[in-house]
Amino acid sequence: MTARMLRVAEVTPLSPLVTRFRFECPEGGTLPLFSGGAHVVVEMPDGATLRRNAYSLISDPLDGSGYEIAVRREDAGRGGSRFMHTHVAVGDLLRVGAPVNLFALDLRAKKHVLIAGGIGITPFLAQLRQLTRLQMPFELHYCARSRAEAAGLSLLPDLPQVHAHISDEGDRLDIGAVLAGQPLGTHVYTCGPEGLIEAVAGTATRLNWPKAALHSEAFLSPPPGAAFKVTLARSGITITVGPHQSLLEAMEEAQVDAPWLCRGGACGQCETAVLSCKGRIEHHDHWLSDAEKAAQQKIMPCVSRFQGEDLTLDR
Amino acid sequence: MPGTEFSPSIASRPVYAGLVAQGAMPAIMLADAEGAGALIDLAARDPAVMERAHVIFIPAGTPHGARLRALGARIYHESPSYAACLERFRKALADAHMGTTLYLAGTEGLIGQATAEALAAGLPAGAIQSEHRGSIARRMQCVHCKGITEGVTTDPFTCSHCGLTLFVRDHYSRRLGAFQGVCVDAETPGVLPPVQEIRP
Repeated sequence: MTARMLRVAEVTPLSPLVTRFRFECPEGGTLPLFSGGAHVVVEMPDGATLRRNAYSLISDPLDGSGYEIAVRREDAGRGGSRFMHTHVAVGDLLRVGAPVNLFALDLRAKKHVLIAGGIGITPFLAQLRQLTRLQMPFELHYCARSRAEAAGLSLLPDLPQVHAHISDEGDRLDIGAVLAGQPLGTHVYTCGPEGLIEAVAGTATRLNWPKAALHSEAFLSPPPGAAFKVTLARSGITITVGPHQSLLEAMEEAQVDAPWLCRGGACGQCETAVLSCKGRIEHHDHWLSDAEKAAQQKIMPCVSRFQGEDLTLDR
Repeated sequence: MPGTEFSPSIASRPVYAGLVAQGAMPAIMLADAEGAGALIDLAARDPAVMERAHVIFIPAGTPHGARLRALGARIYHESPSYAACLERFRKALADAHMGTTLYLAGTEGLIGQATAEALAAGLPAGAIQSEHRGSIARRMQCVHCKGITEGVTTDPFTCSHCGLTLFVRDHYSRRLGAFQGVCVDAETPGVLPPVQEIRP
């Protein structure tokens, strides 16, 4: 993982809950370019805790002068977004990882249909620039509860293919109407709440769309839960994972070198073998198959937890 | 009669899983010769597949047209050759929407060319089904002169364009929908292996 210290160049409130942050090189150089849908992991030194959150890049993928992210404040969350909103100011230095893309456009597609729910608009903001530059056919549907909450509205280009659906104003997205009648070679991308992703996948399956034409990204934050103990066989230690801590964070706190990439249960990088398990693993990831989850022989420490007597990992 | 079983080969060699009905969803069906049997069996398993189907059939001397027509497809069309129905097939693909299934049945040459055409039109591979029936004759490309020889049933065979004697390989081009033929006596001109019928 190559991460570098970047300077916060701009902090711009977009809505009561969403703020945009722009990062630039302190020395004024250019940053690696990326592709639409890429994210970065931002490190936040919050007292004794080092928080690492993944955020989609919303700036132009071919503009290396800076990286921009939009952060929604989650007051019931674990504190990362609250830290960004209350502690980060212009001029601060934060460690930011290199861009990684787990939600890239499939450039073999003839047309791209992008469906965003709420803050799920973020990866599409960069993809829109990529699609516009490539002159590829697309349509974007952005769903939000109210105009005040729809932080993406001010960032979206004024194009006929861009549609906002504000449910407070009685305009709810009709997924069936969007998906029916799309030309051959259309791919659909969904980013937002789990319910929206499932609704799009369900409608597409009912309309006989092949799975390869469906893409989605639901970044999970590690869910809280009861504290639990884990034995790390290779390191020869037993650690306790706190209620608001992830297993991955607890390992990092204990100086155990554990791999990670997305920290949201999507990429598979942190997959760890379970050596013994007396109890039940609470799998929260999108990586393992249902059969693998039931077998309890693998765990994704970035989001999954455990309840029971003993859990020993090969780490 | 079930679909043809081919002997295991290299990964390049296409396999044909057989047709599985997707119900009363939009469908394009293209078959030649004995491929008619695969569509008739498909409709027997689920008559609803014909409700929104556009069927194109190339009889190639077989008498199956009347039975196919009687299945009640939304559109039924007979054509003397693949070349003759290509513009109709292209129009059907251009007008089609996501959710359309392409059912292909018959010879490898037809399945291969129609698959390449459909992929180029944007139809996802997951929406293309195929079942091999009838002749195992192959559509061969000469790797030397690039000419295509249709209906090859022996190994080796003579390239109908440049006249070289070609070995029938399982190496397959999905772009061309054709197997690759390689000169069999390049090192020892005139020394040829005995000619054999190709087997599935």
